[in-house]
Amino acid sequence: MLTRDDVQRLAELARLAIDPDEADQTLPRLNAVFGLIEQLQAAEVTGVEPLVHPGADPKLGTRLRTDTATERVDRAANQVSAPKVAEGLYLVPRVVE
Amino acid sequence: MTQGLHAGLDSGVADLSIGLRSGQFSAEELARALLDRIGASPLNTFLDLRPEVTLAQARAADARIARGEARALEGVPIAHKDVLVTRDWVSTAGSRMLADYRSPFDATVVDRLFQAGMVGLGKLNCDEFAMGSTNENSAFGAVHNPWDLDAVPGGSSGGSAAAVAAGLTPAATGTDTGGSIRQPAAFCGITGIKPTYGRASRYGLIAYASSLDQAGPMARSARDCALLLSAMCGFDPMDATSLDLAAEDFTASLDQPFAPNANSDSRPLAGLRIGLPDEFFGAGVSGDVTAAVRRALNTLETLGAQCVRVQLPNTELAIPAYYVIAPAEASSNLSRFDGVRYGHRTANPSDLRDLYRRSRAEGFGAEVKRRILVGAYVLSHGYYDAYYLRAQKVRRLVANDFDRAFEQCDLIAGPVAPTVAWNLGAHQSDPLADYLADIFTLPASLAGLPGLSMPVGFGLGDGSGSGTGSDSSSSPRPVGMQLIGPALQESRLLRVAHQFQRVTDWHLRRPPEPRSVKTG
Repeated sequence: MLTRDDVQRLAELARLAIDPDEADQTLPRLNAVFGLIEQLQAAEVTGVEPLVHPGADPKLGTRLRTDTATERVDRAANQVSAPKVAEGLYLVPRVVE
Repeated sequence: MTQGLHAGLDSGVADLSIGLRSGQFSAEELARALLDRIGASPLNTFLDLRPEVTLAQARAADARIARGEARALEGVPIAHKDVLVTRDWVSTAGSRMLADYRSPFDATVVDRLFQAGMVGLGKLNCDEFAMGSTNENSAFGAVHNPWDLDAVPGGSSGGSAAAVAAGLTPAATGTDTGGSIRQPAAFCGITGIKPTYGRASRYGLIAYASSLDQAGPMARSARDCALLLSAMCGFDPMDATSLDLAAEDFTASLDQPFAPNANSDSRPLAGLRIGLPDEFFGAGVSGDVTAAVRRALNTLETLGAQCVRVQLPNTELAIPAYYVIAPAEASSNLSRFDGVRYGHRTANPSDLRDLYRRSRAEGFGAEVKRRILVGAYVLSHGYYDAYYLRAQKVRRLVANDFDRAFEQCDLIAGPVAPTVAWNLGAHQSDPLADYLADIFTLPASLAGLPGLSMPVGFGLGDGSGSGTGSDSSSSPRPVGMQLIGPALQESRLLRVAHQFQRVTDWHLRRPPEPRSVKTG
């Protein structure tokens, strides 16, 4: 069972601000989910190869493309939906004093 | 409205295509009539409409038809699930995070359908980032089921399913991670197919769980789905998991008998072995759903098919495996929403960490946050082997179950969901109820197999989705049957569904004209 502190720690890992009320509301729902996924522990998986994704053909491996430029980055188009830009750069709060 | 259009408005993709080419009505007339319907609809299916874009596309289609240059689906309207990005419409993924997002490119499947001549009507409501099975997780309000406005339409492609069922569009795209095409298709009484993983490009599909996400068509018949799927699929170098296969015409074999030499008129499915997993017909399935599915199987038997018992012993373990794998991939995929490059940004952040934490807290809804937290947990140091790696091993067991079953049968059939659609709000106090209701769609998702949903009747349900009662004052709600095939056997599923729809009329039933939605 998770505790309220666990929820705060996970929220920090996931970079999600969470206030104590929200953590209290989330906790029982998260514990219900963990109760469900705990059923995995009963599975007999000794010697079973994990399936990472169903398109993976172990004989072929990952497809590689030729190392050539295929598209140009259109900065202006990409930044149409950016919340804060200046002179083509993304703005963030000051990191280095 | 012309006589020809009035008759054609409720027909499917194939008939509309004929009507357009023969000049019975124009693409512009058709698009205008549907935009009028959408504007008057109380179902909350559409999130963004740009009539000027739609009508310009329709006029271009009319010009091509007039010049004799019509492409496969020229002038036929379609609407897109909002997790597929589009240049001409806002792409929100049902999230406040992307409320104003304009993509600089079209998703490959959107572009392929456009290149086939289809006219875009707009963007369809869905659960936020495709996480949900009721459409109630949309930041822009729930969608109503056109068969009963008190019922959920299913999810996450709930807007797609409801819009097709209500006659607001003849076709829609959907995406399916754990059942998000098949279950809403079932709940709304339409036909939908999730192709084999890798068939349809994921480029421009806003990622939820990359090893599971697949796009597919939702429409009124298997024939329409075959037409749409043929246009959607194909190798895409922009998606590293795209299968390098030649384009396939999924309509080519629809009318052919299953076995060569079979009497195609009365027993077109002679030689077809349909596997019925014991695990899909157990006590957890409500009586109305089982009865409708059994009747449909009887119909398939009269067409020549033979039913055999098979076992998928790891079916129940598919639920915990999915609810580890999908949140793990989601927590990783959704880390890109940081308030910097796109999406919601909090006001006056004190530092970079504050910018991330508050932008994400304000932009994401409750279910998305829960899945991110679960994903962060199962991927964190010390828990990876116990949860994520173990879930991937169980995923292999689920895939192995199918391999063994397909030694005894050509396809697998069963219910799409244990019950008909439940009432809006019915699962609010039980966080796991929605997850458990995914039991019959998750196994094919984990194994990457194609799955089709088609309407096979109606049930009354009990409004709760618990499957315990049968008496109800609600309207009849559709029941869907699922067909699961071996990898790359979409044409087999579509052919069987088409043969079923040749002799039945469940797919032709239309919901009553929607009245106003109760508020409060």
